[in-house]
Amino acid sequence: MEMKRDYYEDVELFSSGVIIFWFAVLIAFLGLYPFIFKNYYVYVANYIAINIIVVVGLNLLVGYTGQISLGHAGFFAVGAYGTIIFMSHAHLPFLAALLIAGLIAAFLGFLLGLPALRLEGPYLAIATLGFGLTITQVIGKINLLGGRQGLHAPDLIVLGRLLDTDREFYFLVIPLTVLLVLFARNLTKTKVGRAFVAIRDADIAAETMGVNILFYKTMAFAVSAFYAGVAGGLYAFVLRFIEPELFSLFMSIMFLTMAVVGGLGSVMGPIAGAILLSWLDLELRNILSIPYIGAWLQELSKSYFSLTGVSNIQFIIFGVILVFIMLFEPLGLYGIWIRTKKYWKTWPF
Amino acid sequence: MIDFLQMMVSGIAVGSSYALMGLGMVLIYKASEVPNFAQGEMALLPVFIAYMIIHSYGLPIYAAFFGALLFALILGCCLEFLVLRRAKEPNILGLIIITIGLEMILIGIVSWKFGADQRTMPFPISSYASIIIGQIYISTLDLLTLIVALVLMIALFVFFRFSKLGIAMKATQQNENAARLMGIRTNRVKMITWGISAMVGTVAGLLIAPTIMEPYMMWDPLLKGFAGAVVGGMTSLPGAVFGAYIVGIIEHLFGGYVSIEFKSVVAFVVIVLVLCIKPSGLFARHYVKKV
Repeated sequence: MEMKRDYYEDVELFSSGVIIFWFAVLIAFLGLYPFIFKNYYVYVANYIAINIIVVVGLNLLVGYTGQISLGHAGFFAVGAYGTIIFMSHAHLPFLAALLIAGLIAAFLGFLLGLPALRLEGPYLAIATLGFGLTITQVIGKINLLGGRQGLHAPDLIVLGRLLDTDREFYFLVIPLTVLLVLFARNLTKTKVGRAFVAIRDADIAAETMGVNILFYKTMAFAVSAFYAGVAGGLYAFVLRFIEPELFSLFMSIMFLTMAVVGGLGSVMGPIAGAILLSWLDLELRNILSIPYIGAWLQELSKSYFSLTGVSNIQFIIFGVILVFIMLFEPLGLYGIWIRTKKYWKTWPF
Repeated sequence: MIDFLQMMVSGIAVGSSYALMGLGMVLIYKASEVPNFAQGEMALLPVFIAYMIIHSYGLPIYAAFFGALLFALILGCCLEFLVLRRAKEPNILGLIIITIGLEMILIGIVSWKFGADQRTMPFPISSYASIIIGQIYISTLDLLTLIVALVLMIALFVFFRFSKLGIAMKATQQNENAARLMGIRTNRVKMITWGISAMVGTVAGLLIAPTIMEPYMMWDPLLKGFAGAVVGGMTSLPGAVFGAYIVGIIEHLFGGYVSIEFKSVVAFVVIVLVLCIKPSGLFARHYVKKV
């Protein structure tokens, strides 16, 4: 449908004026968002944006390079703890601390990438999973990091301004998110991105064509971990309080889920997945207050299940979404979008 | 020396429940080529069903256990038949996500019904009683776990060696197309494999339940069993058992001699090291990809 006539058309950032227009609309909407909506929704937007950063980074690893990671909560934790520690102990400014924490996460990602050179499938899954669990355990044992009690975030001062409401924080998170997403999209269009895809599709063939597998695989892990680290640093200031239990295996699974539900191997897909699932995650935490369904669920719980466990319905809903998406639309939300677009573009035929 | 032997014995006892979970995972991995993250919850639901049978209907414990095993068989078969088999163009990541989805559904149902409270499963043997051999303590429950695990492993071995269905399963796992050409209904064989795997898991669950019973009780055995199976090579049943015992023993030795705090993660570190040296585990034939 969309034919590329030369190389530059393939790599350009915006392929048509229509896309520039919609991108401008999106930016304008994001700028006006905190003035239109209530404070709670600004908090939701921050939460979603942070998930978008992680999932876009994770997608570079899972969707583009074809490696699986069940340990991203570990990098997320490194970013969160690193940022707070560098701010409160080394008295670095926020952005510098965030960058350093992200780089530390990236270095750990590089280290995890080394064994990953030889592993695939379930072996890689268990190695990354073990990595994530180990990080949480280690953090929980170090006194400097607050141990099991957790850490409080210091005051957030960026460029001389104190950001202490969600609304002010929004204007820090959203530009960073847009920047990182654009960077990820550009990365996939360059030599590096093509090397990632080549490794995913046929690593041996890629190697014979001169792609340095050692370099690009570890780089995919490092970049992806950097994204998770930066997002973790921001997350620490959304919650203002972090403890090791937050960064559980469940969190890693949620990140992977968001990427897969959105659609692997695209940039827009994971964004859609992150928005949908993190919004559902927040909404379903108080499921009984949802109109109509809530009352019915309460009755149902009283007579057949239990009221204390009612919040666990969100697991069931997530599970059903996952299973159905994988069964009927393996390309995820992005696949649905592509199919719809194709259908309308060629409509009468 | 006594300390060392004591740790070995405790490690082997814990390793037995890991081994059962690992066996279940390997059975499914060989049949459907998916690391089954729902393995733990496929055991969790039957265990809570047994609890419900005992408490709500007042049936004897053995009847409840039998009911749980039967339920596990049906549950495993249903999951394969209704969900896994329906996957379009399955790739490994997609299948992993499906099993994670199933895991969430099952754990959601259990914790919706029972909340997060700690419960106690009635069991014929007290979990506090222990016997002393020489100077080594072993709780009777651990001993029972060990014996049941060994009996089950022998039963599985006999099943795969001598029964028609077992041989059909082995054939399906080795080469599905050839098996189908030989007249084996591979789909049905896979379904039954899932059922048997769920039963093996449920046995582990029932043996864990007297000491700890809450919705997250199967996570740790599942991960350790998975880790053990990966060390053993993921495609070898004896390998999975061996790997799971290794994990159990390393855990206890590390906990006893080095640090009790990092006991639960040391297994994963060892596994990463093992995998660095032998990427397909200790017992699997190294798989060479053809281009």
